[in-house]
Amino acid sequence: MNHLDKELLAIKDKVNEMWSLVEFQMLAGKDALLNGDEELLRKIIKRGKKVNAYDIKIDRMCENIFALYNPVAVDLRWLMAILKINANIERIGDSSEGIAQLIREANFPVDPELLETTRVLEMYDAAESMLADVQRAFYEENTELARDLIKRDKLLNKIHVKTDKVIIRYIQAHPDNINQSLKVSGIIRKLERIGDQITNIAEEIIFYVDAKVVKHKQKKKRGKDPQ
Amino acid sequence: MSKKQIKLEARDINAYYGDFHALKGINVAMEEKTVTAFIGPSGCGKSTFLRIFNRMNDYIDGFKTEGEILLDGENIYAKNVLVDELRKRVGMVFQKPNPFPKSIYENVVYGLKIQGMSNKAALAEAAEKALHQAALWNEVKDNLNKSALALSGGQQQRLCIARALAISPSVLLMDEPASALDPISTAKIEELIHQLKEQYTIVIVTHNMQQAGRVSDTTAFFYMGELVEHAKTKTIFTNPKDKRTEDYITGRFG
Repeated sequence: MNHLDKELLAIKDKVNEMWSLVEFQMLAGKDALLNGDEELLRKIIKRGKKVNAYDIKIDRMCENIFALYNPVAVDLRWLMAILKINANIERIGDSSEGIAQLIREANFPVDPELLETTRVLEMYDAAESMLADVQRAFYEENTELARDLIKRDKLLNKIHVKTDKVIIRYIQAHPDNINQSLKVSGIIRKLERIGDQITNIAEEIIFYVDAKVVKHKQKKKRGKDPQ
Repeated sequence: MSKKQIKLEARDINAYYGDFHALKGINVAMEEKTVTAFIGPSGCGKSTFLRIFNRMNDYIDGFKTEGEILLDGENIYAKNVLVDELRKRVGMVFQKPNPFPKSIYENVVYGLKIQGMSNKAALAEAAEKALHQAALWNEVKDNLNKSALALSGGQQQRLCIARALAISPSVLLMDEPASALDPISTAKIEELIHQLKEQYTIVIVTHNMQQAGRVSDTTAFFYMGELVEHAKTKTIFTNPKDKRTEDYITGRFG
């Protein structure tokens, strides 16, 4: 392993550690939503600061490599991808933190009927498995899985699009529970954002492995294999 | 690529140093007024290939070339080609600055004098033009009679470029022209290459990958006598097609 490879590996390790923190923030959010665990919410919010520190650290490590090693070809694409992947992981952390805040404001317990009709838990499960898979796609350099993730984001978008109507109907039936309705609506918006952020990461994986730009392509074409 | 004319073209070039097969079936075309960089590890054949374009290898014992080199569509290895005439059209700059132990002025007009030009005014005009083109005029205009050897390394190299340009070639071959220079002189040479390509077709051999990236339009990667890949420089440095090219430019060779 040459010197540059060692430096790149050190960045990869840092990204991995950051990813674990954000994964915890997301998984714990769902637990807290169901169990009202205040301690867990506190931890999610506290981890945000750590995630931010990782974000800065990884940016700095990439900056040093650009300055000192003049990376080209796959190394250059990898570093460019890492800068964006890093930013997106950090934003997933931010979104998770925002969700924790909303859960706190929703005042436990959240009406099970509200959770059911808005499909927020289904969204949570989809986003969680997408987050785990995008991490796997990154480590295995698996562009097939990355393309699949771009397609899977559609489910989150579909649920999100219907949210306003569903929430209005719920409020009409339960005019005494407007606060929770708004908070759950907020959680859904953030989960939809997380889906987009995971999609962004998947696009960066395809960019650095296949040297193909898939972002901003028509949704129909994006998920397809280029051949 | 663009619609520029092909200036230089190698067709099925094989070259041998005795039994050693130094270049293996090279085909490459270079458009006029572009910069092409040759990169590759030592001994890959890139300098041998560069020297083929002005028949500099002809004097090496046991050296043999097969194939055709077309300059403006004419084979420079054809029997009726006069090597002296060829070298008026294809100038060369070497790795180490090699001015003659003469004055700055005499260095620049040397080629023209050999060609028989004797009109002093014409010579002076040609010298000034070449020194301007080589971005050296302002630094030496008051000291044209000073010895060329008194110049700094970077200035000497630009003088050698001026000397090559004075005879009005259309192709300029450069064999690691900045490898013996400090970063400021290197930057000047690179800036000069950018300016010169408006008029000349330039081929440059360089070990400095970043330099190839900065100055060239296309890059050719050579390995063990083969031309592995020739493409736009941007493509070579962002997404090379051949694994060997990628391994070389990312420093993972061997």
